[in-house]
Amino acid sequence: MKKLINAPDDLVDEALEGMALAHAELLRVNAAPRFVTRAEAKGKGKVALLSGGGSGHEPLHAGFVGRGMLDAACPGAVFTSPTPDQIFEATRAVDGDAGVLHIIKNYTGDVMNFEMAAELAREAGIPVEGVLVNDDVAVEDSLYTAGRRGVGTTVLVEKICGGAAEAGRPLEEVAALGRRVNARGRSMGVALSACTVPHAGKPSFELGADEMEVGIGIHGEPGRRRAKLEPADRVAEILMQPILDDLPFEPGDDVLLFVNGMGGTPLLELYVVYRKARAIAQGRGLKVARSLVGSYITSLEMAGASATLLKLDDEMLRWWDAPVHTPALRWGT
Amino acid sequence: MDALSGAHIAAWIERAADVMEREKALLTELDAAIGDSDHGVNMARGFTAVRSRLGGLDHGDVGALLKGVGMILLSTVGGASGPLYGTLFRDAGQRAAGAAALDLAALAGCLEAGLDGVKRRGKASPGDKTMVDALSPAVDALKAALSAPAPTGGPARSPLMDGLARAAEAAQAGALATVPLIARKGRASYLGERSAGHQDPGATSCSLLLRSLAATAGV
Repeated sequence: MKKLINAPDDLVDEALEGMALAHAELLRVNAAPRFVTRAEAKGKGKVALLSGGGSGHEPLHAGFVGRGMLDAACPGAVFTSPTPDQIFEATRAVDGDAGVLHIIKNYTGDVMNFEMAAELAREAGIPVEGVLVNDDVAVEDSLYTAGRRGVGTTVLVEKICGGAAEAGRPLEEVAALGRRVNARGRSMGVALSACTVPHAGKPSFELGADEMEVGIGIHGEPGRRRAKLEPADRVAEILMQPILDDLPFEPGDDVLLFVNGMGGTPLLELYVVYRKARAIAQGRGLKVARSLVGSYITSLEMAGASATLLKLDDEMLRWWDAPVHTPALRWGT
Repeated sequence: MDALSGAHIAAWIERAADVMEREKALLTELDAAIGDSDHGVNMARGFTAVRSRLGGLDHGDVGALLKGVGMILLSTVGGASGPLYGTLFRDAGQRAAGAAALDLAALAGCLEAGLDGVKRRGKASPGDKTMVDALSPAVDALKAALSAPAPTGGPARSPLMDGLARAAEAAQAGALATVPLIARKGRASYLGERSAGHQDPGATSCSLLLRSLAATAGV
């Protein structure tokens, strides 16, 4: 394992210390329990957005704390969900008397820990709503699985709900918006190499030089199937086909196309994938109204990419375009 | 030994912390095959935290002690194992509230309450390839020991020790029996059929925990 770490046990805390120093104007880091909040005073009467999950997905989630997006992020250990006390304390810290929206990716640990934290928060008199993101088409929805995983659409839920919350929309409305974004977003990912969880010290799966894992999540777990590595255009087809088949996208629909790097793939390659993914979407008569290309929800140093397609409506478009000022995403004023 | 006191429970936790630390690599390896490689680290971190904070817990009331252990696990393990093991100890402690010691019947009742909590929290049933596959047969073994004591002729031991020995064996057999299963809960379920052929890490850690309890009682 070749990584720039001091000791695996100190990794997350030291990274957060560095983040607090680098973005002192945007963030505050609370050490015990561990959570990140905006530096500016909490907004009275503003719905607070809280997201969380394992570390190792940077810039998700702490990198999206700031104006127009999240109020708090709860990082767990690497690929491990945060604990209920972390989530509860962060919820209490950012509640501005308008309630708190929890944005949760559909992984068993995250769901259970957020569930317990929400119980604690409601007992303390804080209104809490949750949006569960489960957009991954690689996992077939059936009686036999815990449902689809939450992946790329999480970033879009956080940005769009963040815009609405910043504009003073009430909790139920922001939550409903988040659920709508999730219902209309679909993702699919592929890995060209595995990542190494620092505590484990070796790659989480072995992949031959000419192989790829199709249908991966974001936790270094193996995907749905292994296949021979193909050129970028063909990989883009493999990613886009199941997405387009899953949601009833119709010709003329406005969509947001998000091509995400898994951590170890350069932007140079992501743009090649984006180019083909866009052509495929347009071939279906879709209008790519907004785009995002870059590494925003990652799996440590895993090489690979995911594609996310969101069917937009006017409200989503409006809040997507609203100003955002966070360490990892910034536009508008 | 006829009953588990607070001191015994504390000794169990000490032993479990050692075992989780020692078997960290095994659990991580099992988890790497079908999960995300963090189970060993998480369990070791949680039980080490409980061990270091044992002194601050009430050892006179087994129920309070178990609940205290559950709270610490909940806040230190993370992942799915945190709420699941946290719930196991908290719900078991709830059932044992006020007891100074647990005999076989009380232990069976209390672990059954913990099992119910785990099933509720994880929405899992036997056969889903989870810790329930180790815990559920262990609870059955304790109850069986209660109604049908070990035949004479075996090693001389108390009903409690007999029950713990049978529970540890049942848990281990249950963990081994998860190998061919296709996971229906937890992260391994995302792999579908690819999850078959690997032993479930959660069932394995649960088996280690029950083995530690039996060993603490001298079995």
